[in-house]
Amino acid sequence: MANAKEMKQVLSNPVVSNNPIALQVLGICSALAVTSSLQTALVMTLAVVFVCSLSNLSISLIRNHIPSSVRIIVQMAIIASLVIVVDQILKAVVYDISKELSVFVGLIITNCIVMGRAEAFAMKEPPLKSFIDGIGNGLGYGLILMVVGAIREFFGAGSLFGIEIMPLVNNGGWYQPNGLLLLPASAFFIIGLIIWVIRTYDPAQVEPKE
Amino acid sequence: MASNDSLGNTLKVVLGVSLVCSIIVSVAAVGLRDIQQRNIVEDVQRNILAVSGVELDGRSVGDVYEEVIEPRLVDLNTGEFVDASAEEIADFDQRAAAKEPETSIRLTSEQDVAGIVRRANVAKVYFVRGESGDFERVILPIHGYGLWSTMYAFLAVQPDGQTIDAIVYYDQGETPGLGGEVANPLWQAKFVGKQLFDEQGSPAITVAKGSADPNSIHEVDGLSGSTLTSNGVTNTFDFWLSDNGFGKFLGRIQDGGLI
Repeated sequence: MANAKEMKQVLSNPVVSNNPIALQVLGICSALAVTSSLQTALVMTLAVVFVCSLSNLSISLIRNHIPSSVRIIVQMAIIASLVIVVDQILKAVVYDISKELSVFVGLIITNCIVMGRAEAFAMKEPPLKSFIDGIGNGLGYGLILMVVGAIREFFGAGSLFGIEIMPLVNNGGWYQPNGLLLLPASAFFIIGLIIWVIRTYDPAQVEPKE
Repeated sequence: MASNDSLGNTLKVVLGVSLVCSIIVSVAAVGLRDIQQRNIVEDVQRNILAVSGVELDGRSVGDVYEEVIEPRLVDLNTGEFVDASAEEIADFDQRAAAKEPETSIRLTSEQDVAGIVRRANVAKVYFVRGESGDFERVILPIHGYGLWSTMYAFLAVQPDGQTIDAIVYYDQGETPGLGGEVANPLWQAKFVGKQLFDEQGSPAITVAKGSADPNSIHEVDGLSGSTLTSNGVTNTFDFWLSDNGFGKFLGRIQDGGLI
C-alpha cells in the first residue's frame, strides 16, 4: 500500500503542475465546445472525472491479464461503456444540460486524456493509485474548463451559473456583452493566455527549443 | 507475460470484457429508459405550456398539460381535423413524418420560402381549454431556417385565428448573443397582439430591419446584428401562414367552422 503522501502527489500533480490541458495540451476539442457556460463546464467536469477514474481503476485491475496485442481495444471498450453509462444518466437526471452537451458527452470516448491515462498510467500502476490518478486528471481538465467557462459566461453573458451579475443591454440593463466569448473560438484565446501565464510563472514547463 | 499473449487468453479477456461491459451498458440503458422518455415528453409539454398562458402554480407540468391542453391532428392540405384516437395523436411525431415520402410532400423552391425542404401532410396542433371549457388559444408548431439552423417555435393564436397570443422559440442554433436572441423572452413578447393576416388575407407578420413602426399591427422589432435570422423568422411566418402551411386551417378557425 502506497503511503498517503504519495497518493496526494498523484492527485495534485495533474491538477497543478502537470495539467492535461495546460501542459500536455490534450482534450482541447471538448474544452472549446462546452465552456460557454459554467453549468455545462461543471457537468462535463464531473462526467470526465467519473469516466477517467473508473476506467483507470478497472483497467488497472485487469492490467496483468490484458494481452498487449489487443490492449487498446480492451481499454476503448471499457471507456466507451462508462461513457454510455454517463450519457444515459445525464439524459435521465439533467435533461436540459444533456441537450446542451449533446455529442460532447459521447466524445469523451475519444478524449485523449482518458485514453492517455489508461495507456500511460493504469497499465503499469496498482488500482488505487490509478483511480486517484484518474480523479486528479479529471480535476485538472475540469479546473481549466471551469476557469474558461467562468470567463466566457461572465463577459459573454453577464452571468455566472446562469445567475445574472451584470444586466445585459438586451434585457434593459447596462452591460453590452462580448459576443465573441460565446463562440467556441474564444476558448482558444483564453486557453492560450492561461498556458502563457502558467509557463511564465513556472518556466520548467516550457518545452526546450528544438 | 508470454502466456498473456496466447490466443486462448486473448479470447478469454476480450470475451470477458465485452460481456461485462455489455451488461453494464444494457442495465443503464434499460433501467433509465422510462425516466428519459418522461424527460423528453415533459420538455415538449413545458414549451407548449409556456405559450398557453396557463400558470403552473406549483403543479407538475404533466398534470397541467393533461388538464388544459387538447392536442389534435390537422390535415394541412384541407385544413380539416384528422380522425384519430388519443393514442395516435400522442404518438404522432411531426418531425419524423416530415422525413417520410408517404406522409409528407417535397416543397418546390417557390413554395419553400422558409427553407424546410419537406413538410408533413399532417400537423399536430394544441387547443388550450379555459376554465369554462371554451378554447382560449390554439398553439401551432412552426419552424424555418435562420442563418445557421432550423429554428423551432410554438405560436399561440387567439380563437379569432388572427391575433398572436404568445410565441416561444424553443430549439435553435443561431449565433449566441445575436441571432440567438430569438430565444429571448423580451423579444418574443413583442409579438403579442400582432395580427397574422392583412386585410386581403395574406400573411403579414414582418420582422423589421431595426425598429418596427409603433403603429403597425404586423411589424415586430428586428434583432440588431441579425438580419438573416430576422428574415428567417419573417419567412417562417410567410410559409406557415400560407395555404401550404396553416393558412387553410386558420381560415376555418376565422370562419368559426371548427369550434
